[in-house]
Amino acid sequence: MNELINNASKKENIDKLLKQITVKSEGSRYRIMEICGTHTVSISRTGLRSILPKNIELISGPGCPVCVTSQGEIDLIFDLISKGLSIITFGDLLRIPSSKRENLLNARSEGADINVIYSPLDAIKIAKNDINKEYVFVAVGFETTAPAIAALIKEIASNDINNLSVLSLCKTMPEAIKYILSDDDLQIDGFLAPGHVTLVTGASLYNDIVESNRAVVVAGFEPIEILRAIDSIVDQVNSKKFMIDNKYKHVVSGKPNALALKMIDDVFKQSVSVWRGIGTLDNSGLQIRDIYSKYNALVKHSLSYNEKEEIKGCKCGAVLTGKISPMQCPLFAKSCTVDNPIGPCMVSSEGTCFAYYQYERLSL
Amino acid sequence: MSKGKVVSLSVGSGGKQMQDFIEEIIHTKFSNDILLQSSDSAILDISHGIESGKLAFTTDSFIVQPEFFNGGDIGKLSICGTVNDLAVSGAIPKYISLSLIIPEGYKYDDLERVLTSIQQEVFKSGVKIVTGDTKVMPIGTLDSILINTAGIGEIVKDLTQFSNISLGDNVIVTSDIARHSMAIMLARDEFGFVGDIETDSASLNKMMESVYSYDIKFARDATRGGLSTVLNEITSKIDFGIEIYEDKIPIRKDVESLCKTLGFDPLSLANEGVIVLIVSRRDTKKVVDVLRSNEYGEHATVIGEVSTCKSVVLNTFIGGRRYVEVPHGEILPRIC
Repeated sequence: MNELINNASKKENIDKLLKQITVKSEGSRYRIMEICGTHTVSISRTGLRSILPKNIELISGPGCPVCVTSQGEIDLIFDLISKGLSIITFGDLLRIPSSKRENLLNARSEGADINVIYSPLDAIKIAKNDINKEYVFVAVGFETTAPAIAALIKEIASNDINNLSVLSLCKTMPEAIKYILSDDDLQIDGFLAPGHVTLVTGASLYNDIVESNRAVVVAGFEPIEILRAIDSIVDQVNSKKFMIDNKYKHVVSGKPNALALKMIDDVFKQSVSVWRGIGTLDNSGLQIRDIYSKYNALVKHSLSYNEKEEIKGCKCGAVLTGKISPMQCPLFAKSCTVDNPIGPCMVSSEGTCFAYYQYERLSL
Repeated sequence: MSKGKVVSLSVGSGGKQMQDFIEEIIHTKFSNDILLQSSDSAILDISHGIESGKLAFTTDSFIVQPEFFNGGDIGKLSICGTVNDLAVSGAIPKYISLSLIIPEGYKYDDLERVLTSIQQEVFKSGVKIVTGDTKVMPIGTLDSILINTAGIGEIVKDLTQFSNISLGDNVIVTSDIARHSMAIMLARDEFGFVGDIETDSASLNKMMESVYSYDIKFARDATRGGLSTVLNEITSKIDFGIEIYEDKIPIRKDVESLCKTLGFDPLSLANEGVIVLIVSRRDTKKVVDVLRSNEYGEHATVIGEVSTCKSVVLNTFIGGRRYVEVPHGEILPRIC
């Protein structure tokens, strides 16, 4: 139980695999996009980029739910606060800037009631604890988080909790993947697919990628798992035989999780959604169904979504779509820092700019 | 101070905002040569009465939610914290002041528990509580007990001078990291996780005394802000960088996996029983051996060295390299 970590055997396997990748990738260039923010952070935190041969380039994609939340959606949270409502949300959202550059941490210091939870169902405990307050749970997330939020909404309804509603800013991946593939300038040879989203959607989510003659590998988040995925992508590109390779079989079967999908479908309907840096995508948002409208914060508190311009100069959009690396954004580490973020990519601990700022900002 | 601005929690978090607050406001208002040293204890030259002619003086306030947790409580922390600040400054802790600020309606049973912990820790560390104060705040003005301790120690060897650090010196940590933060996290029971992680809170003065005779250049305890804050503080004051090696940094398996789940970087998490020592190469092995013979130094180990690199660089276990940043603001759990 009290044993210390020992990574010696892991290191041996990594060295072996790295050697193998270096040999088979020699002479060609490979551009690989990791869709998911958890991969981005793992790559930055472990220094994986620094051990890969220079001809293998890892590019971050749109897979951090905080980062793709549009400015108009973010401002809805601050509308709730100005109505005097209590907020319940995930820790990652606390530093997200409104278009007036306020954030939830400052709002809390100024007296707003902001509660941080890890698991959505905890929102019920908080709301039951103080029935004189009116709470809104602010939900962001992809297919991974949406089932838990759907479960929360069902639970609120079945317990008829009258002082809690949900602001759903949830999004789904298929349309975003289609958007990225539709870019004629997209120079990506393969994708690292997020294990936990695949757990819910199944691997068919990536069919379009394979049809566009690019490799897809479902991968876990340990460095050895990411390397195995890179190895498979290099093989696929070299042989020009593209497929969805599942390197996360011990966790993900590749089949959709019917139960989770039903949970999402029971509570949400597909809706139009605005993605930061990408724009409006049909059928890419999760709107709470009318039968649950009593618990939909948009309805309950008569909020209206207004499209807002993103803060001037912020290049989150180009970062999210793999067009530039954070270091190429003129605001990066100058006016936009972890202490004072301008774009949401610098806010979330899964954000690309955050990861670069925290771990890769200085040339070593 | 800008008009209309209010204090946010991050000012007290041990990270960048707290550093800015101290440097821009506290240091500006109260500037003097001793305060500006920014050491864990102020070194006072009284030049008479005691052998070395130098005293270490320090103070710390304690507030923690919950007040009782696995392996300790606020009482234990309040003594260990001040004892350790003196010990890492190279002093033998002698006298402690104890101020209690108690909310009206606080249970005597809880107060008794806190005071018994203080009594036990005072006995273990060999200090005396020589003065104190008690205040009670009306209901609704304070959520939990608040303790302030100040301490005086007799300097054996001044370990607060950054200028003693040289290129090639080794960096030692005296114990495994991130245990205190995770013990508190579990005790808060906010995230539905269970585990058996105890705080590492302990008075480390006896252990420090056992190594004062060796060539130790500098010491600091890695409390709030963790290892990354201490290492960055050091590199900001010297002309060199520090290179550390992930596979050498001791961390328990259960602690590491909880950090991973919550998205926390263990290097940035608080410890209450971990000291960073900068030691000459010549004496490194001896120091590690002596530390390991102490009950709180079982996992003492060399994690890196003072090098020519820029700032603090982590060599990851896979052979990669990355920069170690000071933690920013409150440490928040991630979404997925």
